[in-house]
Amino acid sequence: MTTHPVPTDTTAIPDFPAPRSASCPFAPSPQMRALADGGPVSRVRSWGGSTPWVVTGHAEQKALLADPRLSVDFANPGFPSPVDPQYSHPHARPDLSFVGMDDVEHARLRRMISGTFTIKRVEAMRPGIQRMTDTFIDEMLDGPKPVDLVQALALPLPSLVISELLGVPYADHEFFQTNSKTLVSAVATGEQRQTAHAALSQYLDGLIGEKIAEPGDDLLSKLGRHVEAGELTRREAATMGVLLLLGGHETTANMISLGTLLLLQHPEQLAAIRDAEDQHVVVDSVEELLRYLSIVHLGRRRTAVEDIEIAGKTISAGEGVILLGELANRDPLVFEDPDRLDITRNARQHQAFGGGTHHCIGQPLARLELQVLYPTLFRRIPTLRAAVPLEETRFKYDAVIYGLHELPVTW
Amino acid sequence: MKITVDEEKCCGAGQCVLIAPEVFDQRDDDGIVVLLEAEPAAEHQDVVRESASVCPAAAIHLDEKA
Repeated sequence: MTTHPVPTDTTAIPDFPAPRSASCPFAPSPQMRALADGGPVSRVRSWGGSTPWVVTGHAEQKALLADPRLSVDFANPGFPSPVDPQYSHPHARPDLSFVGMDDVEHARLRRMISGTFTIKRVEAMRPGIQRMTDTFIDEMLDGPKPVDLVQALALPLPSLVISELLGVPYADHEFFQTNSKTLVSAVATGEQRQTAHAALSQYLDGLIGEKIAEPGDDLLSKLGRHVEAGELTRREAATMGVLLLLGGHETTANMISLGTLLLLQHPEQLAAIRDAEDQHVVVDSVEELLRYLSIVHLGRRRTAVEDIEIAGKTISAGEGVILLGELANRDPLVFEDPDRLDITRNARQHQAFGGGTHHCIGQPLARLELQVLYPTLFRRIPTLRAAVPLEETRFKYDAVIYGLHELPVTW
Repeated sequence: MKITVDEEKCCGAGQCVLIAPEVFDQRDDDGIVVLLEAEPAAEHQDVVRESASVCPAAAIHLDEKA
């Protein structure tokens, strides 16, 4: 992008992405916090000298997420790449179906499957998710300790849930978990990312073929019916399958591990969740954890397709825009004392799932899994504790979705 | 109070259904909002305001004077 004037005093522009402080792994990057303190809309310097806009204010982000003048199409020349182009050319970013499309095409594809995620349908899954959670915890308790909570519970639960919903054999979980991890890594090479995406697409295409021949009542069979009706190509269906499989487990798994570690640092709040008799306590706690942890931490990315005036700044058509949810979710204008974890606050205004027409399609399911998991884990293993000190815990600074590489626990 | 909903903007999140089930529902086939009561009773107006305020797609509009 050379057609837009960039500020002459470029020394004042902070680099992006900016690292978190290793001594405050649950807090946003101190440089981005300082930027947010200076105003809700600012420029940063990113890969190759580009200077996209970063939006940190809650109100501004809420407005922009619902603004059709911003495009999610990563083929736009000004689209701010989420990874260093030395690792992946932005235009070679793997196809993630309607996540990278604007309306009306986005809505056409999304609404083929959005009925699966109504509040009523998701709520009906609660007893099954409770049983799965108990089974994984039974296995944990029967096995050796310490154990890695990520491998024993955080990753298996959402993987099994999304497998059953899609009609993917859970026995293949190692294959799809490994390839999904590569897709969300910020340090995988473009080639590794493409290979992982191709492997998952091919796998899902094969499954959709099987569902067309022998349909069930799962989501891949539903996609298969749309293919048969000529409303969806096989490639579109497989890509949508990749998106749902990936989105269904990588995100929730990180919320489970990170949320568990955070609550272990706040034993009195952990106890309140464990002992809650009122379901509202659990529901509010999950909203606060979603707000506080904001695991989509490298920004939601857009390109302006028209000039946009916001907070006294002009975002020109063609410029890149990065919306930092972890700062919006700690905006003191909306959340009092935002750096304090308080499971009793009303955190519902958080934007952990984004907003606008691209708001996370799987969020009711993610919320339900978290509402079941946290109280069940702490009730069944009341003496649960981390088996390594916080300083030795490996945080996923190098992934698009924040979380933990592993969480050794004992009891 | 008079409510209007924008089906094009709606992302089917269902937050309104959780907060004000007497007033909002979701279409079975795609989860898009269904308005049950365009002019909600006084006792439901607070939860309707909260629904409009947390709607992630800003798809619920309130006319407080109607």
